[in-house]
Amino acid sequence: MSSSTYIAPTDHAKAADKFMEDEERVNWHDKALWFIREKRDVASKQLPEWELLRETASQIKLNVLGNLDAYLEQFEQNAKQNGITVHWAADAAEHNRIVLDIIQKHGIQKLVKSKSMLTEECHLNDYLADNGIDVVDTDLGERVVQLAQEPPSHIVLPCIHKRKEEVGELFHKHLGTEKGASDPAYLTEAARQHLREKFLTSDLAITGVNFAIAETGGFVVCTNEGNADMGAHLAKVHIACMGIEKIIPKAENLSVFLRLLARSATGQPITTYSSHFHRPRPDQEMHIVLVDNGRSIQLGRKDFYNSLKCIRCGACINTCPVYRRSGGHSYHYAISGPIGAILAPNMDMKKNADLPFASTLCGSCTNVCPVKIDIHNQLYQWRQVLAKEGYVPSSKTQGMKVMASVLSNPTMFRMAGKSGRFMMRLAPGLANIKAVNPWAKQRDMPEAPKESFREWYIKNKKKS
Amino acid sequence: MKVGLFIPCYIDQFYPQVAVATLQLLEKLGVEVDYPLQQTCCGQPMANSGFSHYTQGCDSLFVKNFTGYDYIVAPSGSCVLHIKDHLHDDQNQAAADQIRSRIYELCEFLTDVLQVKELQASFPHKVGFHVSCHGQRGLYLSQMSELNAPDFSKPGFLLSLVKDIELVQLNRKDECCGFGGTFCVTEEAVSVKMGKDRVQDHLEHGAEYITGGDVSCLMHMEGILKRQKSPVKVLHIAEILNGQL
Ligand code: SF4
Repeated sequence: MSSSTYIAPTDHAKAADKFMEDEERVNWHDKALWFIREKRDVASKQLPEWELLRETASQIKLNVLGNLDAYLEQFEQNAKQNGITVHWAADAAEHNRIVLDIIQKHGIQKLVKSKSMLTEECHLNDYLADNGIDVVDTDLGERVVQLAQEPPSHIVLPCIHKRKEEVGELFHKHLGTEKGASDPAYLTEAARQHLREKFLTSDLAITGVNFAIAETGGFVVCTNEGNADMGAHLAKVHIACMGIEKIIPKAENLSVFLRLLARSATGQPITTYSSHFHRPRPDQEMHIVLVDNGRSIQLGRKDFYNSLKCIRCGACINTCPVYRRSGGHSYHYAISGPIGAILAPNMDMKKNADLPFASTLCGSCTNVCPVKIDIHNQLYQWRQVLAKEGYVPSSKTQGMKVMASVLSNPTMFRMAGKSGRFMMRLAPGLANIKAVNPWAKQRDMPEAPKESFREWYIKNKKKS
Repeated sequence: MKVGLFIPCYIDQFYPQVAVATLQLLEKLGVEVDYPLQQTCCGQPMANSGFSHYTQGCDSLFVKNFTGYDYIVAPSGSCVLHIKDHLHDDQNQAAADQIRSRIYELCEFLTDVLQVKELQASFPHKVGFHVSCHGQRGLYLSQMSELNAPDFSKPGFLLSLVKDIELVQLNRKDECCGFGGTFCVTEEAVSVKMGKDRVQDHLEHGAEYITGGDVSCLMHMEGILKRQKSPVKVLHIAEILNGQL
């Protein structure tokens, strides 16, 4: 199953237009995500120490980022001592190759995978499919988008853009459920049976990593469905893939992060399964692939390095008023929403230049972030970088030049204002023409007053 | 105390009544107000579009216009935040820094500097208050719903001094309206949808007026209301507090 048939749109606004053709869907998408944001509010407000937890988490992560090399080496050493094989991958291609090598060494044809945004980022599924390996995503939402041949639209809720009727349709086609059935309990049971068979017959399991602990060489995987455990416990080979920023120094730090993660993600007090892996079982092989893929470059960007504090809880996505209306696919990057918009330009400025502009800079993302990433400031900073490096349309650059000269010259400014108001009063219909003025497509223009405030002031107030 | 009145460009051009109300309100409260005649804009439209490197001319002009006042006051959280965070002048950074520390949004100037405890205003209507993001999350004019911290609202306090006003409760008390500067045209569809949803929240709760501290957000919502042929009107908070309606 490959997601390569899905053609990513290149421009956020265009893709958003498309998602919004169905306003009913947008309303429902918005409400579903807002519901989770509200659950997060309730859960966070039950802990008097919430803001202190966020600050503590932020400090721990900043320390990690400042000493990443040392923590990674400590982790590698301890993991090896535990009997885990540790691999290093500079980029997505190397990561994919390492994983394929392990699979092929064991002569394995099919495997199960639990949720890992890193493997999405590396397009591992496509790569393995091209090499004849059958990958089954075992997270329910991920399985749904996999069957639909789409990428996830959300890092925690991969199929949040799909209605249960659409899921029923997919399951009817692929899993043989009754036509027209959309009862979530019925569909979930069908998926459970389908996945159970996959778990039982797979010799290899790939999981992500939420936290890797330097002092123990172990790692923690959080899921609500227990699918990572089912996969890893039944398979002879377990490969865990992680970005290098997932390190935390000590096991005791989990008492901060596990409390923040579930509450921020879904409003749950704790994720259903927080599974600790330390060493392979006697009959098992365990691998960890540590992946850079652009992270060292981001670490070197002074305005953006702290985006690497992210623990992928999805809270910034749920609260984002733009995301809730435009849908996850409009971000055309593995990670959608505000956090995706500050990570994506690091990977490819040209391709992702539109993303930092897909925001009103309202700042809600920054406020919900459990590790206190100043997301909206970084969106603003990316805009400056992208404009300076020439990644915005030249028409915009020209327009901004004109604006800059008008606004720095009071006489020109007054002339422009006067003629603008004059035109609008003379021909209010003109300003409301939808084709020439995107403001007016669905909004009226303000009425132009006879005089500006300045003109009023000179007439009524100015002391000679 | 001498106050320099900063009237953002779109207020000067399209909503002069908001500037008049701001000026009258400040004068009624005994403040000596001066309006520098050569002012234009804070430069935010360029900076938020990624072109802060084009704002030097605008910034120097701002510094020239507003140096020497005890306070600078503007009826716009967004423009004030921009000046506070970004005003820069290579020729005269000390003056720029002084302005950054002396500029106030109208409501915070009334509550924090003038410490207003009463107002001669009455407005016997059902009013929805729109919380603008930059004022709230940037200038801390009110508590943010995302944080686990005590509730407060500076504009809310001022409206509570207005006689007979009835403030309606909203489902989402501080969701963005979708204006977002150039976002309102570059992401027209999302911007309008956000605006429609925000307006709907006010309508559902029976608001006759929507008020707020930023004309840009209000202009966006007014455009939507008018297109819907809604009788609901928008007013800047200065117009209500000034009590001349
Ligand atoms: S940026 Fe913050 S809020 Fe967003 S996913 Fe990462 S940790 Fe969560």
